[in-house]
Amino acid sequence: MVHWTAEEKQLITSLWGKVNVEECGAEALARLLIVYPWTQRFFDTFGNLSSPTAIVGNPKVRAHGKKVLTSFGEAIKNLDNLKGTYSKLSELHCDKLHVDPENFRLLGDILIVVLASHFTKDFTPACQAVWQKLVGLVAHALARKYH
Amino acid sequence: MTLTQAEKAAVVTIWAKVAPQAEAIGAESLERLFLSYPPTKTYFPHFDLSQGSAQLRGHGFKVMNAIGEAVKNIDNIRGALAKLSELHAYILRVDPVNFKLLSHCILCSVAAHYPSEFTPEVHAAWDKFLSSISSVLTEKYR
Repeated sequence: MVHWTAEEKQLITSLWGKVNVEECGAEALARLLIVYPWTQRFFDTFGNLSSPTAIVGNPKVRAHGKKVLTSFGEAIKNLDNLKGTYSKLSELHCDKLHVDPENFRLLGDILIVVLASHFTKDFTPACQAVWQKLVGLVAHALARKYH
Repeated sequence: MTLTQAEKAAVVTIWAKVAPQAEAIGAESLERLFLSYPPTKTYFPHFDLSQGSAQLRGHGFKVMNAIGEAVKNIDNIRGALAKLSELHAYILRVDPVNFKLLSHCILCSVAAHYPSEFTPEVHAAWDKFLSSISSVLTEKYR
């Protein structure tokens, strides 16, 4: 049973309120594909991923990044029931998408770096710790239905 | 893994900005590490880990200096960090998983301090560079 203190929830929701989900999602996914190029293996249908510039400007990357981060937003609305929130998505990522759960950890860490660059000194070590807890739990919830 | 010329250039450029703030960024990176990954504190039972402690600042400075050595000798990181590699293999024996955690926290500190310079290409170069350092530091473990 996950436990969130009031302070932790506050650190999450107050930061999230300032996040531009479309921009942040696009940037996070683009950086994942640039920093860890092997993750491109899941996106054969996305077209031109041949350079960082191509990846950053790719409309499918932007759209998918937005989709992924919007789903993250759902998790934040349901911090006390991450398992339930991600149950169907977990099955999807295992049975249909065949994504190694390690990739959820990679994307979670990329998101953290993006938040650090956007919020700079407001993204304090204490703030990061709470967000690391969140991305870790999201990754865990997404991996939970794997078999 | 080898760094391309462009990646080496990205590393050197950012280092020029980081170097004068090495102690602060090093200490902040360690603070991020200990708060986000409490088990990493097990390697420092003898330290005062409170924010801004002299030991945290001193150790942060030491870590960043070693990175600085790697930057200065970017074509021969293995040679430059040979002694540190032995230290980690035979004396410190820090579990290899922890190098990824500290590298991530260093990236967060750099991103937070130099957001406009921390482009995706620079991010990739630094991730790869820190990964190279981590490999060198763990390659004598067995």
